[in-house]
Amino acid sequence: MGTTASKLGKDLLSEYQELTFLTKQEILCAHKRFTELLTKDEKDLPNARVPMERILTLPELKSNPFRERICHVFSTSEDKDGSLTFEDFLDLLSAFSDSATLEIKSHYAFRIFDFDDDGTLDRGDLEKLVNCLTGETDDTRLTPEEMRQLISNILEESDIDKDGTVNLSEFQHVISRSPDFVSSFKIVL
Amino acid sequence: MEVDSVFYTDCSGKVTSNPLLDQLPSYQSLLYRRKSSAAGTKRRNSSRMRLGSSGSGKWASSTISRQEEKMAQRPIRELAKTMAEKRRDKTQRLEEACDLSSWRQWRQSTHMYLRKLKVESQELLLSLQLWRGDIHLIEGMFGTGILSYFFFLRFLVMLNLIIFLLMFGFVMLPIIIVPYVSGNTTYNLNNGSPCSVYPSSARRGLVIFHEYITDLLSGGGFLEQTYLFYGYYKVDKIQFAHITYNLPLAYLLTTLAYLLLSLIWIVKRSATGFKRNLVQDEDRFQSFCNKIFAGWDFCITNENAARLKRNSLLYELRTDLEEERIKQKIADRTRKERCRIYLIRLILNLFVVGVLAGCFYSIYKATIFSQDAQMNNVKENFVLDLIIEYLPSIVITLANFITPLLFSIIINYEDYSPAFEIRFTLMRCVFMRLTSIVILLFSLWSQITKCEVDPCVCGYNHLLYSCWETRIGQEMYKLTIFDSIIIAAVTIFVEFPRKLLVKYCECGLTKWWGQQEFAIPQNVLEIVYGQTICWIGTFYCPLLPAICTIKYFVIFYIKKVSLINNCRPATRPFRASSSNFFFLGVLLIGLALACLPVAVSVAQMNSSQACGPFVNYTKSWEVLPTTVSQLPSGVQTLLIALSSEAFAVSFFVFTCLAMFYVIALAGAHKKVINQLREQLVMEGRDKHFLIQKLCQAQSLSANKSSVSKSHSSRMSPSYHTSFSSNFNEGLFLAHPHPSSSTHV
Repeated sequence: MGTTASKLGKDLLSEYQELTFLTKQEILCAHKRFTELLTKDEKDLPNARVPMERILTLPELKSNPFRERICHVFSTSEDKDGSLTFEDFLDLLSAFSDSATLEIKSHYAFRIFDFDDDGTLDRGDLEKLVNCLTGETDDTRLTPEEMRQLISNILEESDIDKDGTVNLSEFQHVISRSPDFVSSFKIVL
Repeated sequence: MEVDSVFYTDCSGKVTSNPLLDQLPSYQSLLYRRKSSAAGTKRRNSSRMRLGSSGSGKWASSTISRQEEKMAQRPIRELAKTMAEKRRDKTQRLEEACDLSSWRQWRQSTHMYLRKLKVESQELLLSLQLWRGDIHLIEGMFGTGILSYFFFLRFLVMLNLIIFLLMFGFVMLPIIIVPYVSGNTTYNLNNGSPCSVYPSSARRGLVIFHEYITDLLSGGGFLEQTYLFYGYYKVDKIQFAHITYNLPLAYLLTTLAYLLLSLIWIVKRSATGFKRNLVQDEDRFQSFCNKIFAGWDFCITNENAARLKRNSLLYELRTDLEEERIKQKIADRTRKERCRIYLIRLILNLFVVGVLAGCFYSIYKATIFSQDAQMNNVKENFVLDLIIEYLPSIVITLANFITPLLFSIIINYEDYSPAFEIRFTLMRCVFMRLTSIVILLFSLWSQITKCEVDPCVCGYNHLLYSCWETRIGQEMYKLTIFDSIIIAAVTIFVEFPRKLLVKYCECGLTKWWGQQEFAIPQNVLEIVYGQTICWIGTFYCPLLPAICTIKYFVIFYIKKVSLINNCRPATRPFRASSSNFFFLGVLLIGLALACLPVAVSVAQMNSSQACGPFVNYTKSWEVLPTTVSQLPSGVQTLLIALSSEAFAVSFFVFTCLAMFYVIALAGAHKKVINQLREQLVMEGRDKHFLIQKLCQAQSLSANKSSVSKSHSSRMSPSYHTSFSSNFNEGLFLAHPHPSSSTHV
């Protein structure tokens, strides 16, 4: 498909514009940054797949506590190792772009926060989420008591059917009422 | 049966699934895309076959197809799928489109073309935005909270530019192009009455250099009779080739127009951030879900900033949890404690009122002293003269510096919850800042309308203030200049040395003082204060918006440099959304306070007879009724009817009725939503109960049958939806596959 050729074809560019929320400038910039990550041999391959370790050297992802989850969610690899092709990378940027709809963003946010991939956010997921936000070392975690209080507050606000977990519709509902989400869930190269 | 990785596998690695439960519509809609689309469609087809065979699945299948139909109408990029799947969808749609009639095809193609056009024009507009690169840098280093301050600055630059273009286009441009278009201007006549004497303030003879600087800084001398001030626009009418341009009318209408434009733009901006409104009575910004789910700024690229962000999140969460406990404590207060606290609050509030009154009185006194000294015109010393000119500004700035410190000390004794403390202190500071300008103006007016012989002959003191609007314009000009100087000076002479001290000097004092925090509320109050002055002053000093545009432009770079080099992010983060609300709210208060003096001066005060466009009218407002009376009689009666009391009262009554209707509607919606929530909980419990019974029945029947199912006891559906964690009777929750690589 020639996605790793040194220049993107015009047809491919307009197709990407149609299928993602990115502008032409953003797609070209993404292509440039992606090709920088490729080794010499990989540059010749069509649909080269970059392993997760190299993707995580990007400055936009390096300091992000959810970087590995992001790679896993957008990866289409069979081995589930978090490696991304250029098209996966575009999907990633599209979901995180300014013009993406709230529905897309909340869908992917749900999948990123679902650490055990079971389709719901249960207590374990929420606990891991809070720990990611505050830091992994012992002195930056909340005490178990505080954690319990926090998670019960979250579930009280978001769990509508009172089953102890947050499913996708409940998550999207609570996100639609959250004023900060759209401005914080954004990655721009 | 296909391996669906959504299902758990049980410990032995085999997949079990319940064919009946697969048909649940809620399960179908929660299917993730896991495999490639081909397998997905195969799965869907197979499930459809299963549905068909069981017979009770008709409803389920129709729901699914309805959902897919709905999805087909939306643009492809709004679907949450991989690129490969989206491509397949696109080719599928193109094939389907070929089957449609030519009319539909044409319609679809025009839709797509228009959409593409819209997207491209949006891209173009976005690329023209001011300061994109700088804002991206700040975003990466500090996150979205501080970014909102810079967005606000950019908005004010745009607003001031538009106001300046309005004033320029309607008031200055006609006067400037008169000689080029061979028009004819009629000036306001100097008809010899004592009120219309306007002594020239131009300097004569040998002018010492520093007097030019004094003039530049105070707006007097050579600057007084220029386009800068109201007094220069002494034009009455301009005759162009085919039309007569009524300048006084244009001046008044432009003033009203820019105030209205500012109001509409601010309201529109705050509304777009508030599309999803309150449905329940929770505090949107203190909501825990908002902080956890939307807590991390994904745009942060700096390692240091990420660490700081984590710390601040931790601090914020701990504070909020603490606040909940405090709220509980407050609710448990005894009666005696409550009386004591109310008494303390009353005393402290009286103290605050006293402090405010003291500040306002000192501003009043300083203004009067400054005006008297300028009138006496005793030129002693260059520096002393400047200080006297700027005395009101200095007093206002000092008051605005001391009172926030005082308020933040007082609030500690009033024992409110932490979030309320912050808000209440802010409210007090806002009130202090904005009211001080109004007090300044009213003390000026008291001077202007005070004559030796009561009542004043011309309605104002024509001996001392032959052109009082220009004097007010000069005061506003001075306030703006002083404000800019103070902001620049504080940054250069306080923040940079502080940073150098903290970095290189290791003594205890500097450690306690610490590095400068970028305090968003105080910074925002500064620029809202400047903007309020601009709104008030534009009527008297038409070039003031241009000066403010340049001022905010420079402030952006000053603040950016200061932020990057000197500051660390605040310990308690200021959220982007609540910042937006706060900024625009304060700006609206400023606008409301700015309309007040302008309205009073236009409608109540006698316009000066010696200068300006309104010489031929007693009050500035009178130009409107005079113009209306010259219109054709039909339009006249219409306009008179619109401004009559009958119309105003009925309009007011109608607005009240509309408001009551909307409030009642909102109340009814809230009730319905609460009912629906309770119903959802009930339905969830019903479903749980039924699934349990179903699975029990299945396991019973499986046990009875003689088929050797080794996992008969494990016929439980490892159902991945929300009920899985709540099953306990006869159902096993299988653990996730141990080698699943989707774990972090």
